[in-house]
Amino acid sequence: MQTRKKYIFLTFLASWLLLFFFGGDQLRHFAFFSGRKTEARRNWPRWTDRSLLKSFADSEELQSDGDPSLPSPRERRAARLSVYKNSRCRMETCFDFSRCEKHGFKVFTYPRERDQPLSESYGKILASIERSRYYTPNPEEACLFILSIDTLDRDHLSGQYVRNVDEKIRGFPLWNGGRNHLIFNLYSGTWPNYTEDLGFDIGQAILAKASFYTESFRPGFDISIPLFPKDHPQRGGEKGWLYQDSVPPKKKYLLVFKGKRYLTGIGSSTRNALHHIHNGKDIISLTTCKHGKDWEKHKDTRCDKDNVDYEKFNYQELLHNSTFCIVPRGRRLGSFRFLEALQAACIPVLLSDGWELPFAEAIDWGKAAVVGNERLLLQIPSAVRCIHPERVLAFQQQTQFLWDAYFSSVDKIVHTTLEIIKDRLLPHRSRSRFLWNTLPGGLLALPEFSTHLGDFPFYYLQHGSSPSEKFTAFIRAVSPAGSLSQPILRLIQAVSGSQYCAQILVLWSCEKPPPPSGKWPQTTVPLTIIQGRGKLSDRFFPYAAIQTDAVLSLDEHASLSTSEVDFAFTVWRSFPERIVGFPTQSHFWDAEQKRWGYTSKWTNELSIVLTAAAFYHRYPAGEKPAGWGGSAVSCPPPTSLPPPRYYHSLFTEYLPAGLRELVDGLAACEDILMNVLVAAVTKLPPIKVTQRKQHKESVSQQVKGTTGAAGGRRFSQHQDCLNQLADWFGYMPLVSSQLRLDPVLFKDQVSVLRKKYPRLEKP
Amino acid sequence: MCASAKYNTRGPALIPRMKTKHRIYYITLFSIVLLGLIATGMFQFWPHSIESSSDWTVEKRSVHDVPVVKLPADSPIPERGDLSCRMHTCFDVYRCGFNPKNKIKVYIYSLKKYVDEYGTSVSNTISREYNELLTAISDSEFYTDDVNRACLFVPSIDVLNQNALRIKETAQALAQLSRWDRGTNHLLFNMLPGGPPDYNTALDVPRDSPRRYFILSSQMALHPEYRSELEALQAENGESVLILDKCTNLSDGVPAVRKRCHKNQVFDYPQVLQESTFCVVLRGARLGQAVLSDVLQAGCVPVIIADSYILPFSEVLDWKRASVVIPEEKMPEMYSILQSVPQRQIEEMQRQARWFWEAYFRSMKAIALATLQIINDRIYPYAAISYEEWNDPPAVKWSSVSNPLFLPLIPPQSQGFTAIVLTYDRVESLFRVITEVSKVPSLSKLLVVWNNQNKNPPEESLWPKIRVPLKVVRTAENKLSNRFFPYDEIETEAVLAIDDDIIMLTSDELQFGYEVWREFPDRLVGYPGRLHLWDHEMNKWKYESEWTNEVSMVLTGAAFYHKYFNYLYTYKMPGDIKNWVDAHMNCEDIAMNFLVANVTGKSVIKVTPRKKFKCPECTAIDGLSLDQTHMVERSECINKFASVFGTMPLKVVEHRADPVLYKDDFPEKLKSFPNIGSL
Repeated sequence: MQTRKKYIFLTFLASWLLLFFFGGDQLRHFAFFSGRKTEARRNWPRWTDRSLLKSFADSEELQSDGDPSLPSPRERRAARLSVYKNSRCRMETCFDFSRCEKHGFKVFTYPRERDQPLSESYGKILASIERSRYYTPNPEEACLFILSIDTLDRDHLSGQYVRNVDEKIRGFPLWNGGRNHLIFNLYSGTWPNYTEDLGFDIGQAILAKASFYTESFRPGFDISIPLFPKDHPQRGGEKGWLYQDSVPPKKKYLLVFKGKRYLTGIGSSTRNALHHIHNGKDIISLTTCKHGKDWEKHKDTRCDKDNVDYEKFNYQELLHNSTFCIVPRGRRLGSFRFLEALQAACIPVLLSDGWELPFAEAIDWGKAAVVGNERLLLQIPSAVRCIHPERVLAFQQQTQFLWDAYFSSVDKIVHTTLEIIKDRLLPHRSRSRFLWNTLPGGLLALPEFSTHLGDFPFYYLQHGSSPSEKFTAFIRAVSPAGSLSQPILRLIQAVSGSQYCAQILVLWSCEKPPPPSGKWPQTTVPLTIIQGRGKLSDRFFPYAAIQTDAVLSLDEHASLSTSEVDFAFTVWRSFPERIVGFPTQSHFWDAEQKRWGYTSKWTNELSIVLTAAAFYHRYPAGEKPAGWGGSAVSCPPPTSLPPPRYYHSLFTEYLPAGLRELVDGLAACEDILMNVLVAAVTKLPPIKVTQRKQHKESVSQQVKGTTGAAGGRRFSQHQDCLNQLADWFGYMPLVSSQLRLDPVLFKDQVSVLRKKYPRLEKP
Repeated sequence: MCASAKYNTRGPALIPRMKTKHRIYYITLFSIVLLGLIATGMFQFWPHSIESSSDWTVEKRSVHDVPVVKLPADSPIPERGDLSCRMHTCFDVYRCGFNPKNKIKVYIYSLKKYVDEYGTSVSNTISREYNELLTAISDSEFYTDDVNRACLFVPSIDVLNQNALRIKETAQALAQLSRWDRGTNHLLFNMLPGGPPDYNTALDVPRDSPRRYFILSSQMALHPEYRSELEALQAENGESVLILDKCTNLSDGVPAVRKRCHKNQVFDYPQVLQESTFCVVLRGARLGQAVLSDVLQAGCVPVIIADSYILPFSEVLDWKRASVVIPEEKMPEMYSILQSVPQRQIEEMQRQARWFWEAYFRSMKAIALATLQIINDRIYPYAAISYEEWNDPPAVKWSSVSNPLFLPLIPPQSQGFTAIVLTYDRVESLFRVITEVSKVPSLSKLLVVWNNQNKNPPEESLWPKIRVPLKVVRTAENKLSNRFFPYDEIETEAVLAIDDDIIMLTSDELQFGYEVWREFPDRLVGYPGRLHLWDHEMNKWKYESEWTNEVSMVLTGAAFYHKYFNYLYTYKMPGDIKNWVDAHMNCEDIAMNFLVANVTGKSVIKVTPRKKFKCPECTAIDGLSLDQTHMVERSECINKFASVFGTMPLKVVEHRADPVLYKDDFPEKLKSFPNIGSL
């Protein structure tokens, strides 16, 4: 009996255990046992008669929206003009497009008046415009007008406040209610409310203003610009501080802030709360009460301790050592902090509700900044902690790209403003958001060249395409004889032998007419002769005949073999955004003379590839306009070819007339100019590929041939050119490289038969 | 078997012998156990029906059965909305709060039928489209049925069609909603015009045949002024411009909405849209036009002529890539403007237009989800969907790469590099490698990864004395992937992975390799190069280590790369590649080559001439490579990885990097890197 009982109990026990083992898991899901979620989710009902429901509108109604009895489109547009004006301006209603049609996008600045006070910053803005390629001194040609009255600081308590602006502008005959005017402003309003009021009626003028509030911002019309300090450089600009990509970000702090705490008034609700997130470890949020004269009147219990802590940290050190930087509103919405954080690659965490972010029409700030919400300050630490390290890395790089592309100098800020307006004039020829937010940025990717991503050398990878598999050889013939020299015949043979060659263009830049077609060698690829105008820069004319992405630029004396051409082209296909070529030169900083030096000697480095024998993408290549230089044109313009259709290019568009004149005065500057420009765009060095020895000898012979006084002058002109270009760009864009690309088996101890380019090794 | 039989025979006898009290007790217990087991069994067999039981909870009702609400004539009318609303002024973010998923919660009010005082209904209870839209929201991950947890509220009052609304009564009905509060955090959908009309699937396959017309206008109720302008264009440019209008002489029974006419010619709509490159979308009484959706669907590039029109979802969609916007004033120039668009771009715009339709306009569901996602992006901007995700069609997403190290930075030379030597027990050779590598000027730290768990590394005093810090990391398991772990000890960006038997590289060669890496910091820069080939006979990839004219991989037995790739290798390697490598104790270098090429889209850089990677006392890479089975295994790796990546990311190039003056006729002592290529 006892044993039996024991068995029975054991059986029970076992079955219960089994029950929980197998069934328990399911039971837990069952609402009855868990007591949680007594009711299932109530979804939107699946109506039994849902298929019988009527459509919200019948298709007739959808397709026939429009009633002929409505006012005609023209009348309606006219009616809109009276509604959408002043504070409701739109481009179509407040901007006179017809002014821009004849002469294109030209900007006129009012002549400066002697007695007119001009702040340093406004002086820089005007200088930027006058330096730009859009500047015109003739108001008749102008599409956009800029006042000479300093409107940057409209805080009437400020010393730079200009009085009676209204009266003055009404006196300008060109003012025209502000139509086609662009007004720059950094500070508006004053204590205590800091309203958006400028103290004068801007009428229909476009306002480019810092700290723009979304409510007063006229979308698609106004432009929000960043607040920049008065010592912001005119051109060039400092580099960003990110020099290292690391994952996870190896910075000491996660999130920092150091600044004033407003005890009263506008903006105080945010600034007054910032100290709450300070944890003393990876989040440093320091505030001081000291500002203004009478801060002690409003002083509270925290102030003394805060003021002491505040002094313990250095702002610059925090900027350098933090991953995220809080950029809260001040009295106004924007602050200097924004650009400082951007430069420091400290990802801005914006706490400035209602701020229309700088250039938001073009820039996708979601890729470079965390747009926080003033009301949710306390969630910021957990939100930024949750951002994935890879995203942090992308954010950091994007801050640097944006800083360098649009913000690092007054020139860039002003040009970005102008380009945004210009893009509105021809919406079908404007940059997509992709172009603005991808390297090299909107100022360097010109929609005049193309709006198709595949036409640019920068986007192949992101676009999932590759450069064309053929190239166009472009040979410049200058031999005075008027007949075909041996070198050029050999060159044509060598180049046409390349399997990648699509066509050969010969630019005949001699006084005498080119030989008849019978004299030219027979080639397998089309050979076209273009009558040039005897100028070096003809080479960079954007010939429409160039249909390939790659251009092989050659001088008639260049001595290349088919192997060299083939190999160089395969290398170029790997680096389509760079210049890939044979003879190279380099620049260096001459510490004694405090200027840039230039050398054509053999060195261990290179930064310039001569365009006498180089591959490049036609985007930077087809660079100079027909009227380049503007001096005597003896030969007729090329007639054998159709005029370039959309083939505008970086140089034509990017460089202003002033620089063209500068460079044109110096002979043989075009090689340097080309290299400087490409380096400014790519931030990368050019690429040198293997060349046979023989080639170098001929080069050195050439150099020998021009020694003496002529050679010396040429050399100093190179140097001048380099220095003037560096001055114009505001920095030295050229980047040095220490390498040369050779075929994989170059000079390896292996049978010549195994090598693809054996001819490159021949002595 | 036997025991149970015994039990059975004795069982019946058992019960009567027990006391009644016990008997009841046992019977109860037994039945409970039995019930429990039955219940368990049921759950075991029906687990799926429980999870997918949404049908159980969804009410099966007719729309006509919804509760009726009478609106008294004097019920409050909500104040007029604030036209200057912005997210930060009118939206109550506190309702949304922080949540780890970064998803807003959306509540849908239950459906009611509103009638006025006289019992006449205020509107059509709900339209088919609005029902679809609410169903889509309800099925999405945004939905919540808890009004208290919701951050966004969607009324079930259908306001899609403004023409069919009784404005005042609808406003009264809205004001009655429990959380209305002047409309804060409420989302209303208003569609007319622009909803997706329901054609059959005639257009579902995009056509590739050449398009007959350059410009097409298909709208019916155009203002005569527009029509005359279009006709002027047609007169100028002839056949390539087609202007359609309503058909006047259709026989009965043919739906007018499906036909368009030009003079006496009849065209099928919307099929005719596929015949044109560009399709005009002109404003009517309203700015937006239903034809836009048809045009996108047909893969025709819309030409938008409607000043001040905010295109749908333009907050996130880049319409410049899918449409041409022309100011109304410039209508006469339309032809020449469109002529100036490059052909390749037109093709891309057509694809893009079609993709927009497929992703965001195709159904009420697509529209609803895109709308909610945009609001979600505004509320959680740090988790927002990127421009590329919104705008790139799947084909582009698939074929394009976005380099994680996209900024062209040339890292400062002063940073130096960290050498990582993976070793097991070849101490002597390891020490020689350490001594050799320590001669490289830019070395900043040396890390030895001691992969032998059975043996301790040699005592500290025995290690070579070198000028840079030397750290030894002991691993828990002998795995090849330990070589690519992003150790905290690595403080530089550049990492030199080097095997413990690579003693033949000169200091000049290593220093030069580092300089080359600085110029290409997002690539693998290595010494021995390898190639993958397509084997036409076997129809698969083959590994090649012979003297070839091309390279597509470098061995990580001696290679420089960015530390970021260690992070990627350890945490982001797709599929089971990492485990495969550790299990086979091979191909970690091929895996790394695949990973880097896949994420950057760029080729490797092989530096300096080929060397005999052999040393007398050890089996070096080359020695091993010659082994036939080794080659087969390596080929297998390539095929395996290519299938995991779904593509062959490796890029073949014909170049290698040498110093500028390599083998040039120039005094050796003036060269920066004279000792290159010595055997």
